[in-house]
Amino acid sequence: MSEPRTSPEVCGMGHSMKRKEDPRFIRGRGNYVDDIQLPGMLHMDIVRSPFAHAKIKSINAEKALKIPGVLAVITGETLAKYNLHWMPTLMSDTQMVLPTEKVMYQAQEVAAVIATDRYVAADGVEAVEVDYEPLPVVVDPFKALAPSAPVLRTDKKDKKDNRIFHWEAGDRAATDKAFADADVVVAQDMYLPRIHVASIETCGCVADFDRVTGKLTVYMTTQAPHAVRTVFALVAGHVGLSEEKIRIVSPDIGGGFGGKVPIYPGYVIAVAASVVIGKPVKWVEDRMENLQADSFARDYWIHAELAAKKDGTMTALRIKTVADHGYADAAANPSKFPAGLFSICTGSYALQHAFAEVDGVYTNKPPGGIAYRCSFRVTEAVHCIERITDVLAQELKMDPAELRMKNFIPPASFPYKSALGWEYDSGNYPAALRKAMDMVGYEALRKEQAEKRARGELMGIGISSFTEIVGAGPSKQFDILGLKMFDSCEIRVHPTGKALARFGTKSQGQGHETTYAQIVAEELGIPAAHVQVEEGDTDTAPYGLGTYASRSTPTAGAAGALAARKVREKAKKIAAHLLECSPDDLVWEPGKFSVKGAPSRSKTIQEIALAAYTNHPQGMEAGLEATSYYDPPNLTFPFGSYIAVVDIDRGTGQVKVRRFVAVDDCGNIINPMIVDGQIHGGLAMGLAPALLEEISYDDDGNITGGSFMDYLVPTAMETPNWETGKTVTPSPHHPFGAKGVGESATVGAPPAIVNAVVDALAHVGVRHVEIPVTPERVWRLLKEKGLAE
Amino acid sequence: MSRHDVQLTVNGVSHRVQVESRLLLVHLLRENLRLTGTHIGCDTTHCGACTVLIDGEPVKSCTVLAVQAEGAEITTVEGLEQNGKLHPVQEAFWEKHGLQCGYCTPGMILTSCALLARDKDPSEAQIREAISGNLCRCTGYSNIVKAIQSAAERLRQQ
Repeated sequence: MSEPRTSPEVCGMGHSMKRKEDPRFIRGRGNYVDDIQLPGMLHMDIVRSPFAHAKIKSINAEKALKIPGVLAVITGETLAKYNLHWMPTLMSDTQMVLPTEKVMYQAQEVAAVIATDRYVAADGVEAVEVDYEPLPVVVDPFKALAPSAPVLRTDKKDKKDNRIFHWEAGDRAATDKAFADADVVVAQDMYLPRIHVASIETCGCVADFDRVTGKLTVYMTTQAPHAVRTVFALVAGHVGLSEEKIRIVSPDIGGGFGGKVPIYPGYVIAVAASVVIGKPVKWVEDRMENLQADSFARDYWIHAELAAKKDGTMTALRIKTVADHGYADAAANPSKFPAGLFSICTGSYALQHAFAEVDGVYTNKPPGGIAYRCSFRVTEAVHCIERITDVLAQELKMDPAELRMKNFIPPASFPYKSALGWEYDSGNYPAALRKAMDMVGYEALRKEQAEKRARGELMGIGISSFTEIVGAGPSKQFDILGLKMFDSCEIRVHPTGKALARFGTKSQGQGHETTYAQIVAEELGIPAAHVQVEEGDTDTAPYGLGTYASRSTPTAGAAGALAARKVREKAKKIAAHLLECSPDDLVWEPGKFSVKGAPSRSKTIQEIALAAYTNHPQGMEAGLEATSYYDPPNLTFPFGSYIAVVDIDRGTGQVKVRRFVAVDDCGNIINPMIVDGQIHGGLAMGLAPALLEEISYDDDGNITGGSFMDYLVPTAMETPNWETGKTVTPSPHHPFGAKGVGESATVGAPPAIVNAVVDALAHVGVRHVEIPVTPERVWRLLKEKGLAE
Repeated sequence: MSRHDVQLTVNGVSHRVQVESRLLLVHLLRENLRLTGTHIGCDTTHCGACTVLIDGEPVKSCTVLAVQAEGAEITTVEGLEQNGKLHPVQEAFWEKHGLQCGYCTPGMILTSCALLARDKDPSEAQIREAISGNLCRCTGYSNIVKAIQSAAERLRQQ
């Protein structure tokens, strides 16, 4: 990493600036949705279905309404009067707000109780009587595809089966031919189970409709406030909600990870309740509601095949996947991408041929799926290619590092056009893997492993050399319900040379108030300490598509730099006016313009800012501000190589991650401290599904893993001390050469851990293990192989 | 629902409040006393976001009834800063990037304060064990451990 160009006082790019948002958080002075308390505010709680599939025969609210403090019970029938009982999903499917006929998954919203107090609302929920008639439940997506399966979406008149979509990418015939011609073919089934982002703050809102002004303000746990405003206006326009009278405020958000992108029924019911009652209504889900009903991630059943020559040269990849979406396709993908960016599945390798197909399926489970800190199905793709690569290495008896080095896209081949159509912007994969191997001491570890194996001890080393695809995205391909996926920044420089910068994204812990200020500081030389960053309020921030899929730096961050450069262009004209020279005679260095060849004749950005309001040239508009809506020309492709070292307890099957080395390349870095923090957090969220987390269902559709008792989020005990390293390969198309980074580690880590576990057991013929790699799963394998103690 | 008078001290300020017998301590703090730094992250005593100190001990306030706090001395995150000076643990969390979204932070900081009050020089393993009842989804814990080690050093030098 090159040295920062700005001083520590200015704190532009490359400085590990302490975060500007932290003084309020460490004092407990954040402002999260549940902290908001408005005068006269009512509370909402939700009645949920105990059945995964059932007809609703009747809902009796009589007893609930007799409880002092219970004001209303809202059902599907109530909403149907306003035609608000169904809503569109982001994938142009439909889902219920509240049911009028039947429920489709366990924990589905059935009715909502509005009361003066949260405890009384919960009493009301207990007292609502619902009579259900259970219907046949379909939980297995393969059974759902069988011709004999009951059709679940009976609300769709012409629907005759449970298939949502069939998607494919690549050249099937050429890929089939490459497989026919291959020396070696390996195949592997792998299942990536349902998991949940489980941000420590659950979802909720305070909906506040003012009957006098007709204005609706919704304080809401959302990663995409502007898109929410437009969706509300489109969906509820017929009942009088007009977009200029809707204000969505996303206050401090306690973690998002994709789980706060969808619009959940609870938000819509709270809004409807506030509009009808004319008072603020707060809804905050509890943890079990959060885990059981909010959007899930993954649930991909993958069959992968890899073809190669005898020498290990990979020639073709073929993948067939069944995606369980629950009862509605409520994925948070760009609209043209039903399987997200799964076609990044050729990964870091120079594969000539590839073909991938995904079938989306309805089942009696909550609708989804969302990303779990990943850019639209990229984790699934990376797991698949990194796992099958190790399967091939095992088949060929090659070292997995050597096989990767042999097949990496050569650094000289960038920009690289992949077999499935992406143009990778930049990369240097061998350098990242070599660095990771050096950091971990790869060769010495292999020696240690051989010695331990001879003593009967189980130790494994696993590699994952992933390529991410983030920063959605170019408007020609990327939109959500037609809204193009640009992002925005508006900068105002005040007369005293301080600035306000507003963005269309919304931080949920990523540190935008700091990193965005550093971008502006880098471009304008105004100290980051004096750049006030704001986002999340649709009444003040410029329109943007929000924060998810590691898109903030690639899109809004770029907009920040470009808006600052527009400001600088105007500043240059003002400086020329002040210095009585031509703008062409001026040179810029961070913070000031000076006359070429006469460096003592200069004007600082602060002097120029004052002049913009007090002494601007005739014929020029006063003020110093600019707005940029940035439409990226391409996505960014961060990458890295991770190496996990695990020890397996032969008595318990427990996998202990002894070491984890992560070398990441996210191009140019804004704040090294924050990038490291993002990697650390992502690694923990990669370890989680690899070893601990799963939401599963029994044959009746009853959820297991529906509370933190059973859904095991990693603690400080399971997570190792992460070892991080960097290589820097700037993005050639991004205004300051950066790539996204928040999700790389979540995407890259799981196969490193799983590959390490398989590596520990490879000598007894283990070729694959499903995730989560629980002690029970490993112990059963040890028992089968005669290794259990 | 029966109502009870509860006398308790929060961050050095004495309060007498009348509460329903079922009111949780966390709601008393957040809603009656408007000390919203204590957060709620689960309903099963697992996540630790609601951790406060009761008579110096870290306790998950979502699993304590307000009436059980009769006579207790409670410290919430709002009570750590003294005379405009941050507590060394707060300083260290800021310095070492021990927080991201900030939601688990108050509970994590209070658990750390309790650890360092009883052990001036805990090992990494002891730190990890002490915070194992506090879930953080953002940081991956490494920087939290470093923050606690740094705070321990600051406190030893005081």
